Amino acid sequence: MPTISLDDVQVTAYSPDPAGGADRIVRLLGPVTLDLVERRIAIVGANGSGKSTLARLLNGLVLPSSGTVRVDGLDTGRDGAAVRRRVGFMFTDPDAQLVMPTPVEDVALSLRRLRLDAPARDAAARAALARFGLADRAEVPVHSLSGGQRQLLALASVLATDPDILVCDEPTTLLDLRWRGVVDTLLAGLDQQVVVVTHDLDAALRAERVLVVEQGDVVFDGDPVAAVRFYRDLMTVGRP
Amino acid sequence: MSRGPLRSPWAGPLGLYHPGSSLLHRAPAGLKLTVLAGFAVAVTVVNGPRSAVVALGVAVLLQVASGVPWHRTTRGLVPTLAVAASIGAYQWWARGWEIAVEVSFDLVALVLVSTLLTATTRADALLDVLARLGRPLRHVGLSPDLFGLTVGLFLRTVPVLVRTTSETRDAARARGLERNPRAVLVPAAVRMVAHARATGDALAARGLGED
Repeated sequence: MPTISLDDVQVTAYSPDPAGGADRIVRLLGPVTLDLVERRIAIVGANGSGKSTLARLLNGLVLPSSGTVRVDGLDTGRDGAAVRRRVGFMFTDPDAQLVMPTPVEDVALSLRRLRLDAPARDAAARAALARFGLADRAEVPVHSLSGGQRQLLALASVLATDPDILVCDEPTTLLDLRWRGVVDTLLAGLDQQVVVVTHDLDAALRAERVLVVEQGDVVFDGDPVAAVRFYRDLMTVGRP
Repeated sequence: MSRGPLRSPWAGPLGLYHPGSSLLHRAPAGLKLTVLAGFAVAVTVVNGPRSAVVALGVAVLLQVASGVPWHRTTRGLVPTLAVAASIGAYQWWARGWEIAVEVSFDLVALVLVSTLLTATTRADALLDVLARLGRPLRHVGLSPDLFGLTVGLFLRTVPVLVRTTSETRDAARARGLERNPRAVLVPAAVRMVAHARATGDALAARGLGED
């Protein structure tokens, strides 16, 4: 399994002062020190807790303000392009991820990085769509697909380049129960190391390791059953 | 009152790719771009109502030859036809019917031929051509692939802009603010900026434009 290492990572950002003064520096996450080596890792936490920031650190979409994030020894800041070749990223809203007019063109866009010629790219894109049951939707406008089909397409676009690691930021939050099951099953069957940010505690229980994030800190890290119990208590007892 | 089946919103003047096997579909994307550029130059340089009628006739013939259903192109042409009619009416009043025919027919012909280019060419093939066209940019330190991707995304953004404006107008209407232009323009602009940022994130996450 690939190794993702976070060493004393902290993410901070400027925030407007409500009183109208100079911008303040606020802490979004950290300091966090972790080694992620398990095949299935879940990250849970309340809205705004910092779990998406943690996920975005893993492929360099967010760079640490201090500390280092390494994927198999590659620094996300210094070796960003190489890291992103290894780490695929799936967003909550597939519309944020799909940029081409039709499914086959969107998957082909991901494949441009592999420097294939046009026919090979087209064949590989269609094979990726077939793998996710979208072969007959290859030429239709992306906006005519259902939300579930769009999320499958986003997954196909990410996995077409065969990354070693897949990071998913709430991949099932916008989906109905049926499509949630479809996406969960597909993610469970992948060969890749998968890190999932989720509000679905059943999905978290199926992971090998669960991180609980609260107000920018990893407040629990370990066994899924204990982590979910901790998180439920936190959300109940710590409710404002 | 029944108004029949709902139609998907207008996706802008540049049509989506429509699969087919016509000569236009099979022609190389670079050749089609060159012909379009030549057509645009000819339409601009050659004056007179007769040449404008010929230009529109050529555009209509290409449409028929492409096998792309009429509703795919004519729907996109409706706003252009409205603009052409307005300009034509003004030119007729100000400069005579010859100029009116020339300006309005040239405009419709150009938009129709441009629509046919995107309707018969995959975005992927267009990106390849644009990246080839952008090769000289290497000498000034810019990536040709990035240039192609930028232009391709610009074309893709047109229907997104149309959809976002339509959704924002619906939201304003739902709150009884359909007569307030600020209630449409400001949220639409904010949403487009958010869309641009999300697209940037998506491209970065896929490692595009980095190699």
